[in-house]
Amino acid sequence: MPQVAHPAFLVMGAYATYMLAGYGIDPLLAGLLLMPVFFVFGLGVYQFYYSTFEGRGSDQGLRGIAFFFGVAFIVQVGLILAFGVDQQLVDASYIGSSVEFGEMRVPQRMLVAFGVALALTAVLALYLSRTFTGRAIKAVAQDEGALRLMGANPVRIKRWAFGIATATCALAGALLIIVGPVDPNLDRLYIGRTFCVVVLAGLGSMSGTLVAGLILGIAESIVLSTAGTSWAPAVAFGILLVVLGVRPAGLFGR
Amino acid sequence: MLRFAIGALGVLGLVAALPLVVHNEYWFFAGYVVLQLIVLATAWNILGGYAGYVNFGTGAFFAVGAYTAVALYKAFALPLGLQILAGAAASGLLGFGVGMLTLRLRGIFFSIATIAVAIVLETVVLNWHYVGGAKGLPILRPAETPFFGSYTVWLFFVMTVIAVIAVGAARYVETSWIGRGLRAIRDNEGAAECSGVPTLKLKLAAATLSGALMGAAGAPYAQYLSFIEPTSSFSLNHAVNALAMPIIGGMGHWMGPVIGAVLLGTLQQVVTVTVSSEVNVLVVGVMLVVFVVAAPEGILGLVKRWKKASSK
Amino acid sequence: MEKSLLEIKSVSKQFGGFAALSGVSIDVARGERFGLIGPNGSGKTTLINCISGVLPNDGGSIVFDGEELSGLPAYQRTRRGIARSFQIPRPFASMSVLENLVVPLEYVVHRGSLHLADTEAEAMEILRGIGLADKAATRSNQLSQVELRKLELARAMAARPRLLISDEAMAGLSSNEVSEVLEILFKLNAAGITIIMIEHIMQAVMKFSQRIVCLDAGRIICEGTPGTIVANPEVQKAYLGA
Repeated sequence: MPQVAHPAFLVMGAYATYMLAGYGIDPLLAGLLLMPVFFVFGLGVYQFYYSTFEGRGSDQGLRGIAFFFGVAFIVQVGLILAFGVDQQLVDASYIGSSVEFGEMRVPQRMLVAFGVALALTAVLALYLSRTFTGRAIKAVAQDEGALRLMGANPVRIKRWAFGIATATCALAGALLIIVGPVDPNLDRLYIGRTFCVVVLAGLGSMSGTLVAGLILGIAESIVLSTAGTSWAPAVAFGILLVVLGVRPAGLFGR
Repeated sequence: MLRFAIGALGVLGLVAALPLVVHNEYWFFAGYVVLQLIVLATAWNILGGYAGYVNFGTGAFFAVGAYTAVALYKAFALPLGLQILAGAAASGLLGFGVGMLTLRLRGIFFSIATIAVAIVLETVVLNWHYVGGAKGLPILRPAETPFFGSYTVWLFFVMTVIAVIAVGAARYVETSWIGRGLRAIRDNEGAAECSGVPTLKLKLAAATLSGALMGAAGAPYAQYLSFIEPTSSFSLNHAVNALAMPIIGGMGHWMGPVIGAVLLGTLQQVVTVTVSSEVNVLVVGVMLVVFVVAAPEGILGLVKRWKKASSK
Repeated sequence: MEKSLLEIKSVSKQFGGFAALSGVSIDVARGERFGLIGPNGSGKTTLINCISGVLPNDGGSIVFDGEELSGLPAYQRTRRGIARSFQIPRPFASMSVLENLVVPLEYVVHRGSLHLADTEAEAMEILRGIGLADKAATRSNQLSQVELRKLELARAMAARPRLLISDEAMAGLSSNEVSEVLEILFKLNAAGITIIMIEHIMQAVMKFSQRIVCLDAGRIICEGTPGTIVANPEVQKAYLGA
């Protein structure tokens, strides 16, 4: 699914968290509360996408991509119009203070984000391997026809998966704004990072995503400290291009 | 073919005669933008509309053309014509390179790679001080203007020539067996390959041509603005425009991108001046989504349907 | 002994851990009517994909008219004379029936474009032979199932192949329609085209084939004349579940 608007939803999640935080709600809690909202939103978007574009002629692939690109663009510009181009922050008890590990000082908010992200990944991995719907999601990526024969409706499965993916945007967006300030142009950067991680990991591998994410994070930090901030945005995309050229299946992909 | 050639010459003649009637340079300045959009939209459509491979990185190809021209102008005071050729060659090479990297894979990989290339190259240029880096570089136009008296008018004429060449190339591809091969690829790449169509070669050719034309559109950009800097050269707006205009005008025919470019380009000028440039960008995005959903065959498609309905 | 047109030597193909084909060896003689049968999932279409070049084979070699095909992209194999139809028809949906045939004519036969009217006349000839002449101007995504199947065959024929592989062209057709398609295939063979037919409709396969190979789980379990195949207990076992 050509969901190029995913990073845009991510930034939307960050801004939604920001709005709720303005009412005094802890950003992490806000992210969790937003998840069901985003889930339903995701269901709706997929339903619209499916009824308009799926499988009706030769142009549909292109139209699908163009549609999501347009949506991403509208979200980005909408956020600019609503919030301005400046960066926005949130505040919480764990933001601003650090924890000491011997010689190192780790900002507390990073630990929080790391912990939540890890937990989220673990939950998703468990869901995909242990529950029926979860396994159906993995199956639909491999062989839709076979799934249909087993009585599951691929469209509903895909819609459910899309809903879950969008819901994670809510929580991830909250984490994003916890970790650092956000601005509407962030989705361009995150398109790179998201696709880089996915391609580097290889499609279909949950643990691979973790490893790839780590690799990317480390690479970016190295570049940041050696070459400076002006080169950092290119790291994700640079790695992406190299992977595409050398091993398009990714490190762990099928 | 002959009809088109006569039409093209007619257009060029008309444009050459314009300065005799129109004296306000603003019209040429604004018109240049629309012409540039025509070239970008037409170029995009060769790979996007005809073959079905979506390029999200039009900005990269445009900017590579612009910066190649700037670098060569600064180093060798190259005349405009050669700048354009060099820009086209550089962007054509870029198209070929990205194609070699990704056209063997599924279409989405190509699209993602074009975004990647745009950002990577923008980062490179931001750090390249010879051409001004992030601050940009002011460009001194040549002292003499061939014909026309005003350099802006000259650029307008040159861009018209590029537009005519672009549209002519698109028309040639579309109506030839190459166009049929591209359409076969778009309709069903597997079946096309088994029907003898050299899919990789054709896709690479289309990507190279598309890139080269975008580079040609970008080459005079610095001269036009008397300035060049990365943000506007690599702007995502180029990608959205190049994508939206063929979709809105109609992707199956060379007229589509032209119509889309003229309509949307003019609309953009009006909105930017009357409302704001952010809203302008929003308008393009909304129109893109509306047309993709409701009128995928664009204005040309709507006209066709209306004609069919009214002839019953 | 005259050399076979197509020699498949010990071909294997794996998908991840799954062995779709294991050590398949087949010789198809010039001008032969060859049948390929086997239950669903036995590897028939995978084998065809390897022959036509859609998939690379992992082991073994495929030799066509004395030339090793490994490494050749699909379009080159078509240009050397191998054409196939697809199990689920894949028409060029935005094009008319006629134009669907112009594509292989331009890309395989003429390698360039002649005067379009001449190429279209050639295409019309083929359409007449297959009974689709009256649909020439119809957009291909508006055809009925049997018409789509015929278009698949017509498009393969437009590549003027020496070897035609028909992949379940008759699935889901009525018995009249099956006879129609069978007649077309007989006609083509009479004109000198070697044909490999993959079908589940046993009647058709038995009637058509001079020799048949039966696949099961990626291996050949029986090979011989229709009579031999029908009597073979392995074949009967393989099909009981199908």
